[in-house]
Amino acid sequence: MIQLEKLTADQSPAQSVKTLPKDRKRGFNRVLPPVGLFVVIIIIWEIISASLSGSRKFLLPTPQSVVIHGLLARDAYSEILPSFVRTSVLALGGFGVAIVLGMLVAAVMYRFRWLEKAVFPYLVALQAVPVLAVAPLMAVVFGYSFVAKGIIVVLIAFFPIPANFLLGLRSVDSGLDDLFRLHRASWWTRFWKLAFPNALPQLLTGFRISAGLAVVGAIVGEEFFQAGVPGLGIRLLQYLQDVEYNRLYGALILSSFLGIGFYLIFTWIANRVLRNWHESVIQQES
Amino acid sequence: MKTIAETGAFLNAPHMSTPSLSFEGVGLTYKDGTETLRDINLKVERDEFVSVVGPSGCGKSTLLKVASGLVEATQGNVVADRDRLGYVFQDATLLPWRTVASNVGLLAELHGVAKQERERRVQEAIELVGLSGFADRHPRRLSGGMRMRASLARSLTMDPEVFLFDEPFGALDEITRERLNDELVQLFLARHFAGLFVTHSIYEAVYLSTRVVVMSPRPGRIVAEFSIPFSYPRGPEVRFSPEFAQIASNISSALRGTELE
Repeated sequence: MIQLEKLTADQSPAQSVKTLPKDRKRGFNRVLPPVGLFVVIIIIWEIISASLSGSRKFLLPTPQSVVIHGLLARDAYSEILPSFVRTSVLALGGFGVAIVLGMLVAAVMYRFRWLEKAVFPYLVALQAVPVLAVAPLMAVVFGYSFVAKGIIVVLIAFFPIPANFLLGLRSVDSGLDDLFRLHRASWWTRFWKLAFPNALPQLLTGFRISAGLAVVGAIVGEEFFQAGVPGLGIRLLQYLQDVEYNRLYGALILSSFLGIGFYLIFTWIANRVLRNWHESVIQQES
Repeated sequence: MKTIAETGAFLNAPHMSTPSLSFEGVGLTYKDGTETLRDINLKVERDEFVSVVGPSGCGKSTLLKVASGLVEATQGNVVADRDRLGYVFQDATLLPWRTVASNVGLLAELHGVAKQERERRVQEAIELVGLSGFADRHPRRLSGGMRMRASLARSLTMDPEVFLFDEPFGALDEITRERLNDELVQLFLARHFAGLFVTHSIYEAVYLSTRVVVMSPRPGRIVAEFSIPFSYPRGPEVRFSPEFAQIASNISSALRGTELE
């Protein structure tokens, strides 16, 4: 065995070690604009609230009033936090089912192309069905139950998962596919070692879209059924009827936090998984 | 078929055994009637390095696909030991989510080689192509030349008897390309495989090969064959010798001849 010439000119430069101040500055630059906008929005809110005439003031309480009376007051948070947890569980549960079912459907469609041709149009159609139109039927079949609400979540959050996953499975580089075929890899091997990892970026994008939709689905489901343990959706309607606008805005803020939280968690997971190899993550870094 | 530069003997006299790779009257016509290859007769033995040059779209790459079995010939026979076949594609075709070491180990993994043996081969191959120290990198963080080295190393783990190259250095800059050419020659001398190399570059073909064959435009046929007399290892000065220029010029005119048909 011979030793080949050592590399010199065509080495890519070793990655420079990140220095802390620069890193911190970069983080600062990323955080500053949204925080700035947040402050502006609060100020505008405050101005609008102050400019409302006395009889209409209840429509938009000031931000501090919402935080103090709607969220931090003892009887407010003791009511709304369990609702928050309840809705989170509903959204997560439905989302989990959507992930498992969606990936399974996509994998089967990937395996059998004729099935894709048969099934995919219905997936698209499913997305076009107004979910609230289906809800009464759910109520008849499953009662005003957690399961019925969960099905609403699944219906709303489902589509992005099989659609994105299938796209990823199908976008395997033909050269890599040739390589695996050349070495007589079985369908399973090609799926696990090639198609599946190749689809991860798209799959994780599907997760991110779906996570937000799951929260929407959970709140819509609760608002429709208005039964069982009260989640945020039920609280929103209740506070509206009771003219509890501080709490209404409080519940609204928590609903948004739930959606944003879901999105951030799955963005973080995607970045962890893809950080070594995928353009979308690498470009963010540099 | 004409043979021009028949001077000089090979330094590595080929063992006159059965050829490692042989095309016997191979033709390929696609279902839509496109005839891509016609009556290809070509033998490549161990210690032979044959380059194929030809105009774009003449079926050079298809010839390799047929050799590897990825595409089935519609006429004639291809004889090759496909269990010990190396195939380097135009792109490095590395799995972007795997490190260099893990990419290099892929083929052994697909063939079910035990982990310990696999690791040994991976380390050896990585050292051989000069990628030691980069084993834990992901392909995204490698230069084009280094990715090609990783791709070469991956094939080397299977200790190929027949090595197919589909314009592997086409996308690289000239300096990197020349260095990799030299390293490929060293690999060839060390490993004694039968090499079949497709390229656009006449100079690359002459520099690397024991023989160069010229293919015609579609349907691809072999219209000329040249023996390259230089002994290995060939220093950079070979590229500037009058003899080298003469052979290159002969191949070039043979190529032009195919286009005038």
